[in-house]
Amino acid sequence: MNFLLEPLTYQFMQRGLFASVIVGVLCAVMGTYVVLRGMAFLGDAMAHAILPGVAIAYLLQGNLLVGAGVAAVIVALSIGLFSREGVVKEDTAIGILFAAALSLGVALISSMQTYAVDLSHILFGNVLGVNSSDLWMIAILSFMILLTVGLFFKQFLVISFDPVLAATLRLPAELLRNLMLVLLALTVVVSLQTVGVSLAAAMLVTPAATAYLLTRRLLPMMLVSALIGALSSVIGLYLSYYLNIVSGSTIVLTATAFFLFAFLWKRIKSKQ
Amino acid sequence: MTHTPHRLEVENASIGYGEKIIMRDLSFQVPHGARVAVVGPNGAGKSTLFKALVGILPLKSGQIIIHGESLGTHKDCVAYVPQREDVDWRFPVTVSDVVMMGRFGQMGWWSQPSKTDKQIVRKSIEQMGITDLADLSIGQLSGGQQQRAFLARALAQEPHILLMDEPFTGVDATTQEVTFGLLDHLREKMVTAIISTHDLNLAASRFDLVLLINHRLIAYGTPQQVFTRENLASAFGNSLLVMENGMMLVDECCPPEEQFTIND
Repeated sequence: MNFLLEPLTYQFMQRGLFASVIVGVLCAVMGTYVVLRGMAFLGDAMAHAILPGVAIAYLLQGNLLVGAGVAAVIVALSIGLFSREGVVKEDTAIGILFAAALSLGVALISSMQTYAVDLSHILFGNVLGVNSSDLWMIAILSFMILLTVGLFFKQFLVISFDPVLAATLRLPAELLRNLMLVLLALTVVVSLQTVGVSLAAAMLVTPAATAYLLTRRLLPMMLVSALIGALSSVIGLYLSYYLNIVSGSTIVLTATAFFLFAFLWKRIKSKQ
Repeated sequence: MTHTPHRLEVENASIGYGEKIIMRDLSFQVPHGARVAVVGPNGAGKSTLFKALVGILPLKSGQIIIHGESLGTHKDCVAYVPQREDVDWRFPVTVSDVVMMGRFGQMGWWSQPSKTDKQIVRKSIEQMGITDLADLSIGQLSGGQQQRAFLARALAQEPHILLMDEPFTGVDATTQEVTFGLLDHLREKMVTAIISTHDLNLAASRFDLVLLINHRLIAYGTPQQVFTRENLASAFGNSLLVMENGMMLVDECCPPEEQFTIND
């Protein structure tokens, strides 16, 4: 028991735990769409594309989340713009923007004095550095994103499963797709501090992919995914505390372990 | 929707992707309750026409009028049964989830399925003879059962116009008969059905009207009017073989040259 409670005597651990659980759940829920719509590459790209926004905010000593948010929304909408009407294929547009934004971000960060430390925090997260105003911001943004997903559950289901039905139902498919991109971008922004941009993509894909193996309806898939996301965050954070490893890595590796178990279980079950 | 089913008019419609025009200057009218077969060689623009009728592919020129008003004015009066290749069968939804989607148009954006919605879904599933399968994932069904699930969805939509893209290709005899049973049922409700098919015998024997196209209108009318030697020759060109006793064969063995569209 002491083993579990001891880390929580530190306030930064409490905040870190809250933040990672919220982010774990959020990423896992949005990740359901990422997995089902084949947007894994997009999620990865989005995560790296916010780097210049973060760097600029850092240089101007503004709020990192705000900088990241602005960058993410710009990137999400420009991917939509470049790939509209099929001028450039979507994955090509993503590839170009992803590389450009990442380079710009690294260029900006490399001009800073404390380059190495800052870059590693941005890339891999620094969950123990979450202060209480960060935590509030993470909580409020996450709540809003999840609320939006709940409100548009039916619409997102239709545009993901059957775009033609969406057209016959006269749903504003383009608007809904853009909304989903913006939600995805905001999710990445929120996860910046706990798992960092490099590992946010993993938290978007791994829990949802695990849940996909275990369920056969969308809502259960989301809930199982959220549970795995939350558990990975908690276990990962304890591992990080006791093994003295970067928390982003332990969280993602825990999620990966869940995936491997689910994968093996499924294989064994299908052979019976 | 309480207004009575009316008719569908396509006026001088040109349809295409980007710079390419797949279908040029197409005009035809379908009276309400009619059953129309859309026939033509591979790549003739059948799926393209359907995409335009559904509203996912905007017209380059001309217009589509439903019940005297342009396409899109009416919400949810067109139901579409997609080709099997166009559906992601690994998506985590059950048969009843799929059928319930047919009710979303009438449900309102933020409301939950009502008792009526659930009842309509149950009845539609029952009518397609797949009640036992209602809680299975769509990926677990056979091809014919999958098609029946989508037919049940179209039924739950309570459409005025039903569009089906190649529903008779690669399905078992039961599904084919269930499909025609559904079409008979819909005809009583004066629902117009527009169906593309490769099967010219079915088109000739079980449809009121035939629309023969090959990037443009070749002929439109009753099967007898449409299936003449001249019309078939101008639609199918070299793949038409006329025998001495007047029998005609359409040979479409070989995969089409994919020069016109993606996905057509």
